Amino acid sequence: MEKLTVLVLDDEPGIRSGVTRILKDYTISYPFMDDSYGFEIIEASTGEEGITIINERTPDIILLDNKLPGIQGIDVLEYIKERNSEIMVAMITSYASLEVAVKATGFGACDFIPKPFTPQELKSSIDNLTKQLFLKRITKKLKQEGRQIRFQFLSVLSHELKTPLTAIEGYLNLMKDRKLGDQLDDYTVALNRSLERIQSMRNLILDLMDFTKVSFEKSKEKFEKINLFDLVNMSVGSMQPYAIQRNIQIKIHAQQPVEIIANPDDIEIILNNLISNAVKFNKDGGSVDITLINKNGSAIVSIKDSGIGMSADEVAKLFREFVRIKNEKTRNITGSGLGLSIVKKITEIYHGDINVKSEPDAGSCFTLTIPKQPYDFEK
Amino acid sequence: MKTERKIILLADDDSDYLFQMKINLEKFGFNVIIAEGQKQAEIAINELKPDIAIFDLMMENEDSGFILSYKCKEKYPDVPVMIVTSVAAQTGYSFGITNEEEKKWIKADLYLEKGLTADQLCNEINKLLSVKNGKANSIGIGR
Repeated sequence: MEKLTVLVLDDEPGIRSGVTRILKDYTISYPFMDDSYGFEIIEASTGEEGITIINERTPDIILLDNKLPGIQGIDVLEYIKERNSEIMVAMITSYASLEVAVKATGFGACDFIPKPFTPQELKSSIDNLTKQLFLKRITKKLKQEGRQIRFQFLSVLSHELKTPLTAIEGYLNLMKDRKLGDQLDDYTVALNRSLERIQSMRNLILDLMDFTKVSFEKSKEKFEKINLFDLVNMSVGSMQPYAIQRNIQIKIHAQQPVEIIANPDDIEIILNNLISNAVKFNKDGGSVDITLINKNGSAIVSIKDSGIGMSADEVAKLFREFVRIKNEKTRNITGSGLGLSIVKKITEIYHGDINVKSEPDAGSCFTLTIPKQPYDFEK
Repeated sequence: MKTERKIILLADDDSDYLFQMKINLEKFGFNVIIAEGQKQAEIAINELKPDIAIFDLMMENEDSGFILSYKCKEKYPDVPVMIVTSVAAQTGYSFGITNEEEKKWIKADLYLEKGLTADQLCNEINKLLSVKNGKANSIGIGR
């Protein structure tokens, strides 16, 4: 249980001890909170004393009497506001005039407790303040996390874009300084590697465009009935030249037509990524089996390869952005590290599901489930 | 007096970086043994004693460089170890070996962010090698 500090600032000892008595064993919990809240009460009888306490240990909540012997409650409120504090303040006052109310609200008071009050009135006011405090904190936290995630994405992205440039620059410098000899032939490796790095950078940029353009709103405009077999067939066709080079057999198994309503561009991106992975991470002479079925209102596409497979650890991080599984077997396989995060993002937009079963050296099977009717579409 | 060429063990999973650094460092008069990852570097450590080791951090594992530093220091306590990495750019996290706490668990002598030119890297290598020799001499004088 988290303890919130409540400062009771009132010149009447009866009010202070009453509040302490009512709140000291009171707890609040809501289904949306991970934790329940209890209260620790501090008492102060003048505004000056209150300000000292606020400076020493920032309370979470202040119950503030307006009518005080020295500086007034509204002055204390003004002081808190100047410090830009996140303290939740409720005014306690028997002279609940409209003027004070307006002024106090202007200075950020969140609630009013008219004097005299019943324990129930105090508790419901504390409930309200705690809820607001919780929401304020959670919003702040989420905003920070959002920023953190965006920052991380951008810093990883700029790294991914810079790495090939650094490599190409390195090769050009070798040529400029004639470090490998005076003949162009001395630089065949450097030239070929530079061209490969340029190609992989181009792929990254294309993947990045896929990654940023997918959104439900945009997809919805292009929804149409799709025969999945046709799309799979097209995607297999584009991978065929590479598969033939490596003697990999790709087979499509479909007993009946499998149709869904979706934006064909989205589905094509998913299929291209999954099928090209099945070929890329395969063994020479291996196979890829693609099965299409209808099940419970969804289309299920499973793509099974006889490739190098993955360990459980590797599977766990597979769908994260810019993750490439690094081991001896994947050393010569290039990729942006974005393919599967794109697949996951699109699948989520369609309220579908993607999962993978894999065994090292035996192969992987990716299963994609997409509802035949998109969620919003029926409405 | 002509000294023998110093051996550098260089481990990185970026084959372009290895290729280029090997050529550049060889021009500076070093012998460069390259390892394309943690596994190869471990084999190399077992087979020969380099004069200095330079490891990338994230290779097969996210902490490959730390593991290699530990293993290298365990086998050859006197061989300087450098971690050269772009982990800050890759992950947004950064750390170094500036305080005692970090020195306790990161068994490397120097921690550098990638992006150094071959000349700069060569300077750092020479610095570490001279520190190492300085130490050896002061012990050699026999206190």
